[in-house]
Amino acid sequence: MNWATARKLLPFALLALGVAAPFALPTFLVQLTFLWIMIVFALCWDILGGQMGYNSFGNIAFFGIGVYTATIVQIGLYQDVASYTAAAGMQTISLTPDQYFTGLFVGLAAAPLLAVAVAALLGFALLGLRGHYFAIATLGLGIAAGELAAAWTFLGGASGVQVPVYPGSLESGRLLFYFLSAGLGVATFLTLRWLYTTRFGLAMNAIRDDEDKAEALGLRTTRYKVIAWCIGAVFLGLAGGLVGHIIGFIDPREVAFAGASFGVWMILMAILGGKGTLWGPVIGAVIFHAMRELFWTYLFGWQNVAMGVLIVIVVVFFPVGILGWLRRRYPQLFVRDVPAASRGAAE
Amino acid sequence: MSALLEVREVSKYYGGVIANEKVSLTVAEGRIVGLIGPNGSGKTTLFNSIVGTHPIDGGSIRFDGREISHLRVPDIARLGLIRTFQQTRIFRQMSCRDNMIVSVPQGDASLRAMIARPAAEDRAHADELLAFVGLASKRDLPAGSLSFGQQKLLEFAMALMNEPRLLLLDEPTAGINPTLINGLIERLKRARDQLGITLLVIEHNMRVVMNLAEHIYCLAHGELLADGRPEDVQNDPRVVAAYLGGH
Repeated sequence: MNWATARKLLPFALLALGVAAPFALPTFLVQLTFLWIMIVFALCWDILGGQMGYNSFGNIAFFGIGVYTATIVQIGLYQDVASYTAAAGMQTISLTPDQYFTGLFVGLAAAPLLAVAVAALLGFALLGLRGHYFAIATLGLGIAAGELAAAWTFLGGASGVQVPVYPGSLESGRLLFYFLSAGLGVATFLTLRWLYTTRFGLAMNAIRDDEDKAEALGLRTTRYKVIAWCIGAVFLGLAGGLVGHIIGFIDPREVAFAGASFGVWMILMAILGGKGTLWGPVIGAVIFHAMRELFWTYLFGWQNVAMGVLIVIVVVFFPVGILGWLRRRYPQLFVRDVPAASRGAAE
Repeated sequence: MSALLEVREVSKYYGGVIANEKVSLTVAEGRIVGLIGPNGSGKTTLFNSIVGTHPIDGGSIRFDGREISHLRVPDIARLGLIRTFQQTRIFRQMSCRDNMIVSVPQGDASLRAMIARPAAEDRAHADELLAFVGLASKRDLPAGSLSFGQQKLLEFAMALMNEPRLLLLDEPTAGINPTLINGLIERLKRARDQLGITLLVIEHNMRVVMNLAEHIYCLAHGELLADGRPEDVQNDPRVVAAYLGGH
């Protein structure tokens, strides 16, 4: 089998692996679920950070909105939310399977909608800023969102929200959320793969390379930037909705608006794999997640030091990411075999 | 011939510095007009005022009879008024062909047009124009890997791809190999003759501007010093004095 064929079969092999993994490695089910979430994180950050050259530290806000929305909607369908959150976990909620699943899917539909609405509003306010100013503004955004949630009693304030318990066995619940997360990861990947071959993808790259020039050619760059941010918010909102259920408890700063962990990781993963590429964030997420789990298991106590060393190594030796490095080292692996006429725009 | 671009008494100040003071000029449809003047005389400032990079402090700018001095850069560009930059600007990490395809006219700004795949005719047109400027063999290379002169040619081709009615060129021959300059003059003239694009050109190279322009405006110290046929302007004692530092 030559490399060209292998490359075509690779996505299917990975997909098969993804389906088989939870059955082959049942003890790692939660970690595997989070792997897909990490892939979504990295891919979504890369839309603006990689393809468009806009470094955002605030993407976690859309994730957090998704976390809260999905659960609050699910509870709100059957119970008074304010009294539930006021009880701070002392009041239990038990939903029948029918109620649970209806609430779950209504919540998962509402989560991306609210995330996109907020992204659109914030986008028009923030995306007029460029470069470092945008980065700093988004940094404030993520932190402010966490503080806001922690002070909002309707959302349980700093004591958070207890997520309704899955009405079946623990195992079946975990499997369900594994496959929902995997589906989300694949959907995110396919959507972006398509997006990057359209004129929209080209316009994003143009904005990254020279925004003034893009404007001088008549591109309404702010519109492109806001739409790109909203696309990221859709998938981050969905990811948030799932993560709330996977963890089972929403803490405003540690789970929903976890800027210091999820918020930073999504950037690191994209850069590690190779920002501005389609596969880079995926590769980065897999390696980062695996390393993180290994560090936490074998270097406990020193895990953050090891993580820091890894980051330094990446930035110093792989400034263009693993994929970027491979592309320079082995360009022959990336030669396209598609006819030039039907060639897509950006990979 | 009607006036495509009418700049009337445009002023632009940077604090107390006068960049442009009541500059007026007219570009008739289908003409090639030159804009000359010593360094710092306000030529690029005037370009920036015309394309909406900064607000002007007085005067009016009309394009095809419509006031455009309050419009923003992309909106002016979509009317068919495109500029190139003195410090050549291209999309460095993108291939030459993608540079061309992203430069298509942005008249249809619907979401549907945004997320369409690049049309086959756009690719064909891109290749055609790349061949027109002599960059056909470079089309798959990243634009940033081209030489400075080639980047200038690419930027010119990108401007043509946008199908402008009026093209403002800021020193199109600066940094280009002298033997290529004749070819570029030839192409600029063909852009006007065959594609019907009106040109307003800032140029320092006197030989180029004398060969190219049918009418010349000369700026000095932010003010219009002289205008007329190339040979008249070239021999105007005030212009000569401005260039030799007589002011």
